Amino acid sequence: MTGPAPDLLERRLLFFTGKGGVGKSTVAAATALLASSIGKRVLLVEVDAKGDVPAQFERPAVGFRAREVHPGVLAMAMDTEESLKEYLRLNLRVPVLGRVGPVARALEFVATAAPGVKEILTIGKICWEVREAIEGRADFDLVVVDAAATGHVVAQLGAPDSIRELVDVGPVRAQTEWLSQILADPAITAVNVVTTPEEMPVAETIELVARMRERLAVPLGAVVVNRVLPELFTHADEEAFEALRRPEVAQRLERRAGRGTTAVLDGARLAVSLRRTRAVHLEHLREAVDLPLLYVPYLFVRAHGLRVTRMVADALGEELGL
Amino acid sequence: MTPSGLEQLLAAKEIAVFCGSGGVGKTSVAAAAALGAASRLGGKVLVLTIDPARRLASALGLDGLGNRAHRVDPKLLGAAGVEPRGELWAAMLDTKQSWDELVARHAPDEETAYRILENRLYHNLTARFVQSHDYIAMERLYEIHSAGEYDLIVIDTPPTRNAIDFLEAPARMAEFFGGRLLRWLTLPYRVTGRRGSRVLNAASRPFYQIADRILGSKFLEDIAEFFLNFQSMYDGFVGRARAVEALLHDRRTTFAVVTTLEAAPLHEAERFRDELVTRGFHLGALVLNKTLPDYLLDADGKAAATELTEHAAAIAAGPDVARDRRARGRRAHRPRAADDRGVVPELLGRRTARSGAARRAGERPRRRRARAQPRGGRERPRGPRGDRPAPLRRGVRGP
Repeated sequence: MTGPAPDLLERRLLFFTGKGGVGKSTVAAATALLASSIGKRVLLVEVDAKGDVPAQFERPAVGFRAREVHPGVLAMAMDTEESLKEYLRLNLRVPVLGRVGPVARALEFVATAAPGVKEILTIGKICWEVREAIEGRADFDLVVVDAAATGHVVAQLGAPDSIRELVDVGPVRAQTEWLSQILADPAITAVNVVTTPEEMPVAETIELVARMRERLAVPLGAVVVNRVLPELFTHADEEAFEALRRPEVAQRLERRAGRGTTAVLDGARLAVSLRRTRAVHLEHLREAVDLPLLYVPYLFVRAHGLRVTRMVADALGEELGL
Repeated sequence: MTPSGLEQLLAAKEIAVFCGSGGVGKTSVAAAAALGAASRLGGKVLVLTIDPARRLASALGLDGLGNRAHRVDPKLLGAAGVEPRGELWAAMLDTKQSWDELVARHAPDEETAYRILENRLYHNLTARFVQSHDYIAMERLYEIHSAGEYDLIVIDTPPTRNAIDFLEAPARMAEFFGGRLLRWLTLPYRVTGRRGSRVLNAASRPFYQIADRILGSKFLEDIAEFFLNFQSMYDGFVGRARAVEALLHDRRTTFAVVTTLEAAPLHEAERFRDELVTRGFHLGALVLNKTLPDYLLDADGKAAATELTEHAAAIAAGPDVARDRRARGRRAHRPRAADDRGVVPELLGRRTARSGAARRAGERPRRRRARAQPRGGRERPRGPRGDRPAPLRRGVRGP
């Protein structure tokens, strides 16, 4: 499919969502690294500020102010309170907010309590940075977001619409309109779903894509399939493994290669069946989702860090034909 | 913990809360634990999932579970080879419905209940924003437990980024509705009536001026009305939240932390274990999911694998060649016996000849390296070939 995937890095705003534990942060960080390797400057936004994103570059946690974590890659952690203060400063010219302490606290309170306020502060800050980049006022070209998980992301991306339903007039309503425009523009924005070739992540991906199309006007980019096992064996190999298990053959093999041959054949069978069940889930994904799929191989490594981020970036680069 | 250990734990408790970070298989483990308890311990067991992604349905092979519990069809279980002694029931959390029920229960009168249920903020809060899952899940657990219908309730937890959030939910909810700030915020409306002209006191005036400019007064009225009405439920609500918290601390309740052996989930599990202990909850089990089988650690297996990958041709060629090689010329090459040139050499020969992967593995001295082939993404994962379904990469860059 000549879908939107190859031009993915030409856009301005890339979200990465997916079920918990599939490697969203790694894929988002790798995309930023890849973009920086072709000469772009990137702002990488971590929505759930847990420090996972800078960890992909082996750097300590970042705050609301963006900091360079790698040449060409700036990172920031979302903080809705800071976002609100920035909004008030920029939009309302509220002088020194600290002096009206109770006001600030009350607004924070509304932000935690009133539905959608946290989401709009997150999306609002992200879109604001995108607009700064488009209009040439920022020192980056692309914003990559390590977004909320599948369960939360629709609420997050749909926040401008929700707020518009709640607020009838005033500056906030007007602002939700340009937010929606940025989010809905396929030349600017793409939401990408990260998954693994396992049953539940695939099921959630299919469900999320359907829900996004139904509820939101935000364009979808690609599905990144993480942790795809390498195909170590051909079908003929698999047949050979099974043939080698036949008692008379197994005995002779053991005489020649040592006592552990059963364990080796068990291991081979495990590798084959893992690969095969994953192939079934992939097949299901391909049939149900009409989006470009980008494959990232399973990496047999112990810990995450810059080396792994680079490997994933290389894999994505190859998939995008760079 | 052995499966029988988990069984003993579940036999001694009335509520088992399964928690852990996303992707570790919490939902499946919770469902499996409930099924195990129903089939071996007997009694009436409920598995309650509160995950908005609605995964329990697929994990149990069921569809369209609502807020109401449904009994899992014994025929379905029978078809899967399970003959439970007891009954397995399953339910999912319908957040909206649960909130509506809560409002109906605690509102002082029908009119207040109606005003809350019709408020636009309320709609948003309950229908769209998943933070409300945390609290309502625990509330629902309390409700089901109080009704006393089940011998055991197994509950799966929401996929929060921070697994501890739901533990704090009841306390947060109580604090929220009892907070001074909320009373202060709704003050002008309480003084002058909901839609009356606003006479603000000095303290809250700046807030309303700013809030008016940002949000518009209609939105503000909605917020105030919502909170005012909600406050009428304060006593019932706070009392309830405290009862929910007490239940989680009760000795009849246990927590099981689920994790895989990968770095990030393991780290989260450790944090969670510490939090549970610090807060005085009962930590009953650690479930290590998706562990690889022991034979992968087998020393003989490792030796045989090395032998097979490094000397495949020699092993295939004839009997005891490998032993000869190990003997390093102590003995001359033994002549091949005819009966040893049977299926083994043929199979091993075919494998080495046809499998590129096996050839590469043979070139590398260590098996571990061979497994790490797709380093740097230069080796692309390939899809099923030949007689298997369509190639993996279809749809990526094709027409």
